[in-house]
Amino acid sequence: MSDPTPITEQAVAEAVDAALAAISAAGDSTALRAARTEHTAEQSPLAKLNAAIRDLPGDQKAAAGKLVGQARGRVNQALAAQEGVVLAAEEQARLAAESVDVTAVPSRRRAGARHPLSLLTEAMGDVFTGMGWEIAEGPELEHEWFNFDALNFDEDHPARAMQDTFFVEPVERHLVLRTHTSPVQIRSLLSRPLPLYVVAPGRVYRTDELDATHTPVFQQIEGIAIDKGLTMAHLRGTLEHLARSMFGEGAQIRLRPNFFPFTEPSAEMDVWQPNAKGGARWVEWGGCGMVNRNVLRAAGIDPEEYQGFAFGMGIERTLQFRNDMNDMRDMVEGDVRFSQQFGMVV
Amino acid sequence: MRIPLSWLREWTALPEDATLEHVHEALVSVGFEEEDVHVAEVTGPVVVGRVLSLEPEPQKNGKTINWCQVDVGEAEPRGIVCGAHNFGVGDKVVVTLPGAVLPGPFPIAARKTYGHVSDGMIASARELGLGDEHDGILRLVELGLDPEPGTNALPLLGLDDAAVEINVTPDRGYAFSIRGVAREYAHATGATFRDPADAVTPVAASGFPVVLDDAAPIRGRQGASVIAFRVVRGIDPTRPTPTWMRSRLRLAGIRSISLAVDVTNYVMLELGQPIHGFDLAKLQGGITLRRATPGETIETLDAVTRKLDPQDLVVADESGAVALAGVMGGAATEISDATTDVLIEAINWDPISIARTARRHKLPSEAAKRLERGVDPRVTPLAAARVAQLLAELAGGEIDELGVDAGDAILPAPIEFALDLPTRIVGVDYTAEQVVATLQLIGATVEVHGDLALTATATVTPPTWRPDLIDGPTLVEEVARIVGYGEIPSVLPVAPPGRGLTRAQGIRRGVAQALADAGSTEVQAYPFHSRAQIEAFTPGAPAVKLANALDGEAALMRRSLLPGLVEVARRNLGRGLTDLAVYEVGTVFLPEADRAYGTESIPLGAARPTDDVLSELQASIPAQAWRVGFLALGDVVEKQPGLAAVHAGLADALDAAREVALAAGVTLEIVQGAHPALHPGRTAELRVDGQSVGHAGELLPALAAELDLPRVVAVAELDLDAVIALGGGQRAARAIGTLPAATQDLSLVVDAAVPAAEVIAAVTEGAGELLEHVRLVDDYRGPGVPEGSKSITLALRFRAADRTLTAAEATEAKLAGVALATERLGAALRD
Repeated sequence: MSDPTPITEQAVAEAVDAALAAISAAGDSTALRAARTEHTAEQSPLAKLNAAIRDLPGDQKAAAGKLVGQARGRVNQALAAQEGVVLAAEEQARLAAESVDVTAVPSRRRAGARHPLSLLTEAMGDVFTGMGWEIAEGPELEHEWFNFDALNFDEDHPARAMQDTFFVEPVERHLVLRTHTSPVQIRSLLSRPLPLYVVAPGRVYRTDELDATHTPVFQQIEGIAIDKGLTMAHLRGTLEHLARSMFGEGAQIRLRPNFFPFTEPSAEMDVWQPNAKGGARWVEWGGCGMVNRNVLRAAGIDPEEYQGFAFGMGIERTLQFRNDMNDMRDMVEGDVRFSQQFGMVV
Repeated sequence: MRIPLSWLREWTALPEDATLEHVHEALVSVGFEEEDVHVAEVTGPVVVGRVLSLEPEPQKNGKTINWCQVDVGEAEPRGIVCGAHNFGVGDKVVVTLPGAVLPGPFPIAARKTYGHVSDGMIASARELGLGDEHDGILRLVELGLDPEPGTNALPLLGLDDAAVEINVTPDRGYAFSIRGVAREYAHATGATFRDPADAVTPVAASGFPVVLDDAAPIRGRQGASVIAFRVVRGIDPTRPTPTWMRSRLRLAGIRSISLAVDVTNYVMLELGQPIHGFDLAKLQGGITLRRATPGETIETLDAVTRKLDPQDLVVADESGAVALAGVMGGAATEISDATTDVLIEAINWDPISIARTARRHKLPSEAAKRLERGVDPRVTPLAAARVAQLLAELAGGEIDELGVDAGDAILPAPIEFALDLPTRIVGVDYTAEQVVATLQLIGATVEVHGDLALTATATVTPPTWRPDLIDGPTLVEEVARIVGYGEIPSVLPVAPPGRGLTRAQGIRRGVAQALADAGSTEVQAYPFHSRAQIEAFTPGAPAVKLANALDGEAALMRRSLLPGLVEVARRNLGRGLTDLAVYEVGTVFLPEADRAYGTESIPLGAARPTDDVLSELQASIPAQAWRVGFLALGDVVEKQPGLAAVHAGLADALDAAREVALAAGVTLEIVQGAHPALHPGRTAELRVDGQSVGHAGELLPALAAELDLPRVVAVAELDLDAVIALGGGQRAARAIGTLPAATQDLSLVVDAAVPAAEVIAAVTEGAGELLEHVRLVDDYRGPGVPEGSKSITLALRFRAADRTLTAAEATEAKLAGVALATERLGAALRD
């Protein structure tokens, strides 16, 4: 056993100075740990001084204890402060080492996309469900009665010949691919209570060869409202509401006289597209009119009591002029780049 | 319908400075869509010239040109080089002077050619845009013209005229005439209108033997109503058609044939009544108007011999059919350049018969187009008279007393009409005066019952040319369009409260969105498939067949979405897009074998069929079901810095199925399955509540190779209707345990043929309710595991609802699971 270190102010100061010098010189946590061991652990000068206190006479213990205690306090404070500095520096260094080129980080998931026609159909449907209308559906392969006769297309009406219809074999059995979504009108009138406010989106078929402006398979959205006292003014109001939702607040509707077997009076509708590329303009959008009384009669509805309006437009055509698209083939060929350019929003 | 402005101006007060745009705008406002404009593309100095001299000059290239001196009404003649030889000294020709522009555009300038300065060009009819018929120089004498040299040739040839083209809707046959369109122009603008029918002086005639013998009227209507025949004798077949008539016909889109034929076409265009001219000398005996006899044939004017249908109406003489009534004349009695005596036929044929014949023989002729829409019965005899008069006037013929006027006109029926109906239907506050005046303006007779007021009713008799006006709403449309659709206000109706999307609609949308969110791209494929496509995916299954498919090879309607996705994949691959994950939500068509679909007849419209008939109609169409299909190939995650590529495979097909199940709110069960188009060892059957709802797998490599696809193509298809139906109802929430969990791993050795799912099921069942969650961690085969066996490692999480679980309790539960797996599957705990 060595001589006990005499507890002098000088000895304490020397130990503290040595400890503080070592601590401030410790540039990393390893050096700091070494300094801590050397200057505060059991065999360190300060620990020895501290140990020597108990051998002092009772009347000196208090003063020596205070002296050594304060010294240890300073050293521990310095250690804590330096630890903060060192750890912060080390964390900084680690962060620097961990930094990556964020433009080269891999994507673990591929990006998907909806088809813009689906998105547009849903958006148009939402405008109507927002007004309390419901969405009706019907089969794409239809009986001729639903597709023509019930809609007031006489067997020999020129309009019926004009429809370029796909017939199902054997043709004597009167099944067709629906040429419009209008058969859903009849199905709705037959199955739903009045008053009736529904839209029917869906696929329709015409025998047009695929080119930039035609496709044999395309989509329409059709609307029908039957109630007491509905007029062409309500038709126009409804179309204008839809137009503003789809094309912006400045959109307007213009009606021009036209002919359809299932409406009377009938109209062609144009929409004023305020934000069209190349400037605001009128665009042909679809057909509409007051539901022909024979259509109501086909569904067993008294046309003296109820009347209403119907309208229909092509989704492809809407997408074409709304989103400035030139070639209809892009919409139907399934090239993933077509959907992907829109992502989830059309 | 094309309307030359000069012709329109003849019958309405069309302003002198009226533009084509103005006329279009006016006609659009009353319901005639704008189609096109037709203008002469000749401008600048184009004058009449007289050839003073003509010197043929042979050229080195073998051609001979003519060096001409031409008097164009100037002090000095002009020297012009001309390569044509069909004219001579003294001929009057059309000279385009420097500064003129011909169609092409082809600007004319003085230019040096063949050693001369050619100071203009002597023009052919083709160069002037007058037609393709003649190649040579246009000699004005051929047109019956003898104007002074220097006369402006543009008005002379009608090249200063222009036409608008409008679309005529099927209900308004009357607008297939200058008469009808001029009236509409007047309605649109308020301009005065003279009725060309009123300008015709009737010609009485009788005695020509004509019999109407319709043995089989269609839908109870005789084949012909008003019948008019006239005879003109002694016409001069060499007379040219006057240029004004020729010009109007040209602008109207009708080729000039001969004066006699041109006159019939001209009158048809003006009055709307189709007219046929027969060479009287070629007819044998009297005329019979009848249906064709079985096996009867006729050679029509277009030199096609047509086999007639017993429903076809014909004009016959004693030799047989000489015209396909109202559709096209016959070749045997055609007017030729030797015809001197003409039999003029104007008949109001039954529209439905004509429509059927035109469709049957694919002859949408100008005549049929008008007759099938309905022709004003009042103009039928007037049109015949007008043709006779024009032939007399222009061709030097003499109108014979012989002819026919027979038949009864079918006139529009009077309509009882409430004067407030337009307001009730259109939503515009029309006055009673406005309603009556508008109906009178369009030619209707209005007899108001009592005082004129909106509460009054009236008997409205539509004009003879409006067979489409049949009820109140058709009259309402007249009021609305003449007053103007622009007057209609905008009022948003209030629908009763709705319930938003149906559950099925919402889930279909959710499924589509979920697959996109998970990284797939939505596509829409055509549903037309070939037999080979159907066979590859649903061998032996019946498919709906189209009678008139665009592509005869793809005449079947899809039974599966997968062939369409395969086509989409092929197209994308062809465009260099080699990493794909695509999906479609769509319908398929599922007829059953040995079942007849459709019905024998169609119920009539305009009345509700009985419930029985409606049920029959509803049941007459094959099942059509919603499906969702998925396809992935190439890399689903592409190689990137620090990340290896993930190749598409069965896992992606199963993931897609899981995404669908999640979006639809059902629990998916995956079992080993089989599908004719899929890899026998890599096919999963997808089940919900034990019911099969689809498949996921990899295409048979041989099929993929045949389709030029990579070896691994992952696909999945689910029956969305079934998934949605199975997912109904609300889920009951489970309490979420919050006490500490105990986790343990477990490795079991089982026969390699035992599905992992069965091991999990046994362990789960055996471990009981303390087992909260099981995850398959590993499926190991190799050293340490006997040949033919595999080691299945599971991560188990235990939790009790009411206490902190001890390790011993967890182990006990685990071993209970092992025990059941051992008992059921022969599983052994792996050391």
